[in-house]
Amino acid sequence: MKIVVDPVTRIEGHLRIETQVDAGAVTDAWSTSPMFRGIENVLVNRDPRDAWVFTQRICGVCTTVSALASVRAVENALGITIPDNARIIRNLMEAAQYVHDHVVHLYHLHGPDWIDLTAALTADPAAASSLQRSLSAWPNNSTEYFAAVKAKLQAFVDSGQLGLFAGGYWGHPAYDLSPEASLVLMAHYLEALDWQREFVKIHAILGGKNPHPQTYVVGGMATAVDPTSSRAVNPTSVSRMKAIAATIKTFVDQVYVPDLLLLARSYPAWTSIGRGVGNLLCVGDFPERDGTRLFPSGVIRNRSLGSVETLDQSRITEDITRSWYTGATPLHPADGVTQVAYTGPTPPFEALDTSGRYSYGKAPRYGGAVMEVGPLARMAVAYAANVTRARQLVDGALGTLGLGTDALFSTVGRMLTRALETQWLAERISPWLDELSANIAAGNLTIADTTKWQPSSWPATATGYGTTEAPRGALGHWVRISDQKIANYQIVIPSTWNGSPRDVAGNRGAWEQALLGVPVHDAEQPLEILRVVHSFDPCMACAVHVLDAEGAEVTEVTVVP
Amino acid sequence: MTTSATGPTPVTGVGSVPLPHGVSRRAFLGFCSTMAAALALPVGEIARAVAAAPRLPVVWIATQDCTADTESLLRSVDPGISALLLDVISLDYHETLMAPAGARAGQALDAALDRGGYVCVVEGAIPTASNGVHCLIDGETGLSLVRRATAGALFTLAVGSCAVDGGIAAAAPNPTGATGVSGAVSGIANLVNLPGCPVNGVNLVATIVYYLTHTTLPPLDSSRRPTFAYGQRIHAAGACDRYEFFRAGQYVLAWGDEGHRKGWCLRRMGCAGPRTFANCHTRNWNETSWPIGAGHPCVGCTVSRFWDGNTPFYVRKPGN
Repeated sequence: MKIVVDPVTRIEGHLRIETQVDAGAVTDAWSTSPMFRGIENVLVNRDPRDAWVFTQRICGVCTTVSALASVRAVENALGITIPDNARIIRNLMEAAQYVHDHVVHLYHLHGPDWIDLTAALTADPAAASSLQRSLSAWPNNSTEYFAAVKAKLQAFVDSGQLGLFAGGYWGHPAYDLSPEASLVLMAHYLEALDWQREFVKIHAILGGKNPHPQTYVVGGMATAVDPTSSRAVNPTSVSRMKAIAATIKTFVDQVYVPDLLLLARSYPAWTSIGRGVGNLLCVGDFPERDGTRLFPSGVIRNRSLGSVETLDQSRITEDITRSWYTGATPLHPADGVTQVAYTGPTPPFEALDTSGRYSYGKAPRYGGAVMEVGPLARMAVAYAANVTRARQLVDGALGTLGLGTDALFSTVGRMLTRALETQWLAERISPWLDELSANIAAGNLTIADTTKWQPSSWPATATGYGTTEAPRGALGHWVRISDQKIANYQIVIPSTWNGSPRDVAGNRGAWEQALLGVPVHDAEQPLEILRVVHSFDPCMACAVHVLDAEGAEVTEVTVVP
Repeated sequence: MTTSATGPTPVTGVGSVPLPHGVSRRAFLGFCSTMAAALALPVGEIARAVAAAPRLPVVWIATQDCTADTESLLRSVDPGISALLLDVISLDYHETLMAPAGARAGQALDAALDRGGYVCVVEGAIPTASNGVHCLIDGETGLSLVRRATAGALFTLAVGSCAVDGGIAAAAPNPTGATGVSGAVSGIANLVNLPGCPVNGVNLVATIVYYLTHTTLPPLDSSRRPTFAYGQRIHAAGACDRYEFFRAGQYVLAWGDEGHRKGWCLRRMGCAGPRTFANCHTRNWNETSWPIGAGHPCVGCTVSRFWDGNTPFYVRKPGN
């Protein structure tokens, strides 16, 4: 039977998943991105210095990341090297974004797949207290605390207005958490709701606001630093960020990571469900002062952690064979020629024809191969590259859980690597702040290379690309500048990789493959499908984009009845 | 264990960051006091109004969006965003946050629309080209969904610039014929526009709390924007704290120059403050700062069609 999940909720943006389910398991899957804006087309003929403001609006959940990739692309095209203070500030903002994004993902987006609200209502608060005390030193651990949380949840349910929780799959047999674990995690769902806004205050200090911080500039940052000025980043604001960094580290170490390990222990079957394609790609990120990057780049194939292939961005292509576009395919992003052409059914409709074109998402491939990107790719590449801290974190967690590295390639594996990289970054925020402090104290107040700020200083034509590791994976921007304007802009985004439709060879995209074999207990309550898809943390506004090379108009959409 | 090698840091008294208690009375009072400050109303009056049962149902429709307005909602109140969701409103449909998916989600929407008495929030632009096929939710166009959801609403909040006037999706050449709520739903009644990219969540929640307190919408300007949030020009005495430098003729001329470090006027770097009406300077983002405060020009994100009208961003604005 066909099971359609639309809308897939608890993600960023819009996503439709169709699955074929036979004998209680998924036998085929189709991923549809059903929304399209055309931001890259909007960019054509604009000032390249403005591009980051536009591209940041690709996504407000992973805000910042497409701003960063954009300024890097333009800097690469113009041959600009940013100063050390800008490097540090960019790292700090991106790290804060990771922590925020990943914590919200676990509790508020993924959490209801694993935590049964109704089970929490039957928990013994004293037992929940004992459980919490066994997990970490987090101080909200008393019987009274958990009794209060339980009473609050019960009052909420008794009000008859279930709001966000109405219609959830409560009581589904796939929920395996104990009532006490459910209560602990529901308490942390609520606590994280209030904590998340603290984490991103680093964006407000360095970027003026969140979402969509506003201090990136081509050449560096517009965040002035000056130890003697109250209107610049100074020792007082650094101290404030140090306090936030401590808060972040405490929450990650005492709540997020222990909770993730609790979930992993409670759902052992899910360490081998949703294994996916097994090919991983990471562009690397978080440049350190010595020229290395915290997350190294690389490619892994066939789940082999024995070696890392060197990444060659020229091998990236996008395929539109099964997407609602026309034109040549596949092409490297720098040469992309794409024209939107919707050929799906006239809305309203019940079903898509998945034997033809079925998504506004394109299909990025690496040398023709399907790749998964994201936390699993980052941690696996760092692990295979023998990065010490990655080895410690992964081996430590797997050892605690009694699992081998093969378990990383799974639904739980994606969740675990997401938590571990958060822990790693949470450790780095404070040292980066120390680097910034030392620069300021030494009188290094440079925050941008402004020698190429004026367009009159640019060559007649220039091309470049910029990459970043967004929380959801590898992100690349390619830009061509001509006569001081954008002539071509193309973006390849993590959820485009992971959520791609099939390609010319018929290869399924990453989460289409991960869904194969997933058990489905109840077609009316596709909880298991959500677990697998959510483990990728889809970000669909990011995933869909179009650009017509050379700045031509996008053609009129054709609606085929 | 994978906790840090140096051991856990005690939580209480971590720097100056307060410890929120997500389920306590403190969250609720924190919510009320933030709203009292935003609306210049007594805390007690707000507390009485927002605690009334049943909670106000909210149906949140996302179309061509980036979800930043939702994220801004989650940053809106400090402390106490959990109180907003548990004690003040009933968020009956919101794809980013709701537990069910697919058919169950659709049923939740239909039930909320059938019950009526809800606030409709729209986030994102609405594509109208080619009969709206550029935004499809369960086989229905965003255009159809927005018309359906706004029809029976107590009032509709168009949050963020995309929902107000099409925002970035409608920027030239507007590839999908994107427009805002007022452009997509002709004759819509009780519409409130809350522009910004994104909206500052405080203004969004304060509009709802104003309604709970007064059972009317707050005073609106001719563009249907609440005057409490959009009534003051950024570039004015008593508003932007760099205005004194403008008066003194002191300007930032390059990133990191002396003027930039000392917080001088950003007009010559392209600042759109003189044409922008907003309250970023009084209701700071994340209760911490705002773009001009951090050192970057205002891009004028509350200004209609700012993606075309205010670009190039870094070029001094005409008449400015």
